Amino acid sequence: MVELTLPKNSRIEPGKTWPKPTGTKNLREYHIYRWSPDDGKNPTMDTYFVDMDECGPMVLDGLLWIKDNIDATLTLRRSCREGICGSCAMNIDGTNTLACTKGIEEIGNVVKVYPLPHMQVIKDLVPDLTNFYAQHEAIEPWLQTKSPQPQKEWLQSHEDREELDGLYECILCACCSTACPSYWWNSDRYMGPAALLQSYRWLVDSRDEATGERLDDLEDPFRLYRCHTIMNCTQACPKGLNPAKAIAGIKKMMVERKV
Amino acid sequence: MSDVEGRVKRPLSPHLSIYKPIPTMVVSILHRITGGALYVGTLLMVWWLLAAASSEAYFNYINEIMGSIIGQFILIGFTWALIQHMLGGVKHLFWDVGYGFEKVFSSRIAIFTLIGSISITCIIWLAAYAI
Repeated sequence: MVELTLPKNSRIEPGKTWPKPTGTKNLREYHIYRWSPDDGKNPTMDTYFVDMDECGPMVLDGLLWIKDNIDATLTLRRSCREGICGSCAMNIDGTNTLACTKGIEEIGNVVKVYPLPHMQVIKDLVPDLTNFYAQHEAIEPWLQTKSPQPQKEWLQSHEDREELDGLYECILCACCSTACPSYWWNSDRYMGPAALLQSYRWLVDSRDEATGERLDDLEDPFRLYRCHTIMNCTQACPKGLNPAKAIAGIKKMMVERKV
Repeated sequence: MSDVEGRVKRPLSPHLSIYKPIPTMVVSILHRITGGALYVGTLLMVWWLLAAASSEAYFNYINEIMGSIIGQFILIGFTWALIQHMLGGVKHLFWDVGYGFEKVFSSRIAIFTLIGSISITCIIWLAAYAI
C-alpha cells in the first residue's frame, strides 16, 4: 500500500551534535541516521564532523573515522571496502549507493546518510534484508536442466555467454530494490528489481532449460508487473547494471511466448 | 535468539521524503498524477458537450465559467496534463519494445517530455488566444 508518511515510531527527531575535532579546519559535516533497539526512543539524525586531513576519500572512510574517533556505537555493515561485497549499501546524499565507492568530494556540502529506504531498521544504518534474500531464493538462482548430464561441463558459445554480461555482475547489495517506489509499497508481493534481474540472468542463459517454469512463476500482477519503469533501480545501481532493462526483457519474453 | 521480552518494534527507514527527486522518478509520478487528472478533465469535456446539447443559455453559462480566469487556468492545466501523459505514453511504447533504458538517455528523455509538454501547451494556448 502507498503510504507517504512514516509510522509514529519511525519519525526522525533532531539528534545530538557531536563536538568538532580540534586542531584542524578541514572538516566535513556528516548527518547520520541513528536508532538503537535498546532505549525505546525514536530515530534521530546525529551531526558529526570528520577531520578530512586524517580520513580517506570515500564516504565509508568518513563513517569509519567517526566510529574510530568520535562515537564507537555507530553501527553499519561493511566488509571489502572496494565495491564487490555489497555490504555498505545505504542512502547517501539522497541516492542508494555503496559507501565505499562514493567519494565525499562528489557530495555538495553536508553528507547525509540514511539506511536503505523503506526497510525495517535493526540498528542505525543496518536494515533487515531477510525478505530481500528470500525473494532471491524464490527465483531459484541456479542452473536447471532436463537433458541428460553431459560427460564434462555444460557448454555455451561465446555469443551465448555474452548474453549474461551486465546480469551476472550483481552483488545483491539491495540498492536497486530499496530505491524502487513500487518495492516500497509492495515488497511483500513484488519481487523487486534485484530478484528480477537475477531471474532474467537464468532466463537468458542458453544452458538453462526451466525457462517456461521460471516465466510461469513470475506471471502475476504483482511479482513482475508491479514494475512501472520508474527507473530508480537503474539510476541507483552502483555496479552500473540495468535492472529496468532486464525486467523489460522478462515482460517481452512473456508476450513472445504467447504469440 | 533468547529475547524473553519479545521483539522490539523496529522503525521503518525513511523513503520518499529523503530520496533525491531524479528526473525519471519525477516524470513517472507525474504520469500517474496527470493520468488521474485526465479523468476529471474528460468529465469537464462531457459537461461542456452536454451543455451544448441542452440549451443555448446553459451553453453560454458554461462558456462563461470556462472563460473565467480560474476556468482558463484549469483548461491550460488539462491541456498540459494531456500532452505530458501522451508524451509519457509514447515513451512507454518504446520501453515496451525494449528501447530507451540507458541510464543517461532515460533521464534526458524524462526532462525532454517535461520541456516538450510545457512548450506544446504554450503553443496551443498562444494559438488559441491569437485566433
